[in-house]
Amino acid sequence: MNITDLTLVETIKALENKDFSEEELNKAYLDRIEAKNADLNVFLEVKKNSKGIPAAIKDIISTQFIKTTAGSKILSTFIPPFNATVVDRLLSNNISIIGKTNLDEFAMGSSGENSAFGHTKNPWDIAKVPGGSSAGSAAAVAADLAVFSMGTDTGGSIRQPASLCGVVGFKPSYGKVSRYGLMAMASSLDVPGTFTKSVADARLVMGWVSGSDGMDSNVQEIASPSTSLRVAMTDLKGIKIGVPKEYFGEGLDPKVEKVIREAIKKLEELGAEIVEVSLPHTQYGVAVYYIIMSSEVSSNLAKFDGIRFGSSREDFGEEVKRRIMLGTFALSSGYYDDYFAKAACVRTLIKQDFEEAFKKVDVIVGPVSPTTAWNLGEKMDDPLAMYLSDAYTIPASLAGIPGLSVPCGFVDGLPVGLQILGKYMDDETVLDVGEAYEQATEWHERRPDLSF
Amino acid sequence: MKYETVIGIEVHVELNTKTKMFCRCSADYFGKEPNTHTCPVCLGLPGSLPIINEEAIKKCIQIGLALGCTISSKSLFERKNYFYPDLPKGYQISQYRWPLCIKGELKLDSGKVIRVNRAHQEEDTAKLTHQGGESLIDFNRSSVPLVEVVTEPDFSSSEEVREYAQKLQQIFRYLGVSNADMERGDMRLEANVSVRPEGQTELPPYRVELKNINSFRFMVAAIEYEVKRQIEAHEKGEKLSQETRGWNEDKKETYLQRSKEEAHDYRYFPEPDLPELKNMDQIKVDLPELPSKKTERFVSDYELNKQQVGILVESIEMADYFEKVVEAGKQNNVTPVQIANYIVNKKVDLSVDPKQIINDIQDKTSNLISDDAEFEKLAKQAIEENQKSADDFRAGKENAIQALIGGVMRLSKGKADAAQTVKILRKLLE
Repeated sequence: MNITDLTLVETIKALENKDFSEEELNKAYLDRIEAKNADLNVFLEVKKNSKGIPAAIKDIISTQFIKTTAGSKILSTFIPPFNATVVDRLLSNNISIIGKTNLDEFAMGSSGENSAFGHTKNPWDIAKVPGGSSAGSAAAVAADLAVFSMGTDTGGSIRQPASLCGVVGFKPSYGKVSRYGLMAMASSLDVPGTFTKSVADARLVMGWVSGSDGMDSNVQEIASPSTSLRVAMTDLKGIKIGVPKEYFGEGLDPKVEKVIREAIKKLEELGAEIVEVSLPHTQYGVAVYYIIMSSEVSSNLAKFDGIRFGSSREDFGEEVKRRIMLGTFALSSGYYDDYFAKAACVRTLIKQDFEEAFKKVDVIVGPVSPTTAWNLGEKMDDPLAMYLSDAYTIPASLAGIPGLSVPCGFVDGLPVGLQILGKYMDDETVLDVGEAYEQATEWHERRPDLSF
Repeated sequence: MKYETVIGIEVHVELNTKTKMFCRCSADYFGKEPNTHTCPVCLGLPGSLPIINEEAIKKCIQIGLALGCTISSKSLFERKNYFYPDLPKGYQISQYRWPLCIKGELKLDSGKVIRVNRAHQEEDTAKLTHQGGESLIDFNRSSVPLVEVVTEPDFSSSEEVREYAQKLQQIFRYLGVSNADMERGDMRLEANVSVRPEGQTELPPYRVELKNINSFRFMVAAIEYEVKRQIEAHEKGEKLSQETRGWNEDKKETYLQRSKEEAHDYRYFPEPDLPELKNMDQIKVDLPELPSKKTERFVSDYELNKQQVGILVESIEMADYFEKVVEAGKQNNVTPVQIANYIVNKKVDLSVDPKQIINDIQDKTSNLISDDAEFEKLAKQAIEENQKSADDFRAGKENAIQALIGGVMRLSKGKADAAQTVKILRKLLE
């Protein structure tokens, strides 16, 4: 048995069976990190524990007395005095922090290349990007450097790197999990979520971290999450699955489309009814997102004013500066109504698109990313091309609905993820469908060859 | 040419809630060791989030109702973005487009109505202290709840401003929502001052904001100086513009703090970290009888003159005390007018037993002790005979004075004036 191949559920079972000790478990992962981290640049900091089940934490999630940089030079020496709620909840479930993972600075980016501490590489091909912004958290799980990891998703920052790295990435509904301790990028969009080796693992971790902590006013107390391990659905009889035609238009790589179409066929074979749906305002998603997100960014990052955190504002990277400028402009007097206020209206239309579609179907499926992982450096000079790579993940973020990326095939040796979106606060059905698909396929069992 | 003055007033009042507006640190910061009432939220650390203090919201609604405002059923917090060292988040959580309380009024003694545009909820900033070449930041005050009350430009003199501010202060104290002490900074005044040719109905095309003025007296002086300065400028044909000015008490003049070019664009937008406030108009709060109502009632029920009533209703404690004495006087045929005269003239200490006041008024024509030296002798004797009560009083037990008053009464065989007794005892015990 290879310890680092095991899922979280399998690891817990193995510990219970005393197949190996927590010390052996930690050592197995630390040895692997020792061997592979230098090549992949996954971790900004590694903690050597011998207890608990090792998980990796995106370095924008606050960890008490452990440096948390948000991938930014401006916080290169910042040690928070408190834990994020998700971290506290993991710690009380016998999870230990094995390390803090690399990311695009303040979670702004789709390739992992905007980190002030060097870019993370895709374990499937180290010449390719791992996706972003949760680059390190996705690569950590793909390369078996942690049992699972935590990330944040604002416009696709969990689902997209999960797709590009071939792991399960789950963004819960906005308001399901407390944001307390997440260094804010865009407060109305930021959601903490998971990278795991299986959908069952995602469900287990969500059970631990969901629910109100009294610190995030936007957490909803609807339906307490199930913490038990459910018996997986083996078929999808009675489930209606919507396929939005807007997610299969121009820009989608035909090879990726083929893989997604095959996955949809598989869902049909499992008994689901496939229905074409329309999300007519999809084309405005990226524009709306870049106004609302950057507006919130311009305010959220104002605290790094050079007075309290020991670094000057000149230490912000290019992309962060670009978004601060965009957002400052969109909120300025004379422009507010044309930009921010209008974007807020269109956001409501996008939300309504989903509400309409979910009257007819239980979940919506489509591609996560229009392409597989691209070459490092390829889009660094073209921010707009980079922004468009999130066109399929952004609408769900604007609507606050749950989204899962589950491995569904390969194109030229690079993984492709199937995106499953659900009704607001109906995270369980998304996981159910994902798990049924996962059980019926073997894509999630493939591992990258790390013998580089 | 003749000019008239146009003034609008913004008042900030710090609420005396137990905890801060958006975290659960103690809001009682005055005189406390700097940076001891802080947490990640009020320090603005990355990852922290605000949580609304419901007690503050209720107090804001009380203020709104006391000013006759409509309570908005839907209200939103917004971010007011600007950079300043005392603002750890880089923005203040305030209200702009959807304030909690709108459209109220406050009536001056002349009958003139000052329209209140809004009363909204926000948070205080940290406190900056400049020492030598250094600036120190105390975050104990950061995120203490503030309510801002904004009027329409309805004032035409500094005296109206003074009366308004004092009435507002009295209302805050009646409601028990704040100490409203100007010197301590619990209550802060900003005036928007401009002048226009007499008879002109439209507002002047500029206004000068007077800021950071920490007493009624200074505010009145600043407004008067400013009106004079602006009229002189008009006469000289100078164009006045939007600016912010402070008050230099030594030179007795206002000075430029910020010109129009340096004005902030606050880039307000709805605070995404906080939910919309819903059904605020359904929240039940208790309101005491307010000074204006109490004044009317005292005048009509007790047939007192307005000046006396003004003193009697100055504080809710004084007004309650007066009514207790009136109650005590009923059996003895001592009239409210006699009581009011006595209390106002003798500046009675509120710790005196109301029954004793009635006795004093009845004994007034009889032979009360009038010699101060003899009075003091009796008081000293009473203290000597009851050292414990004296010590208790010195230790802060207000009630202990009652035993000493009793002592003086016994020694004087009831011929000591109670009001006078308390005064002398307090003097001796200090």
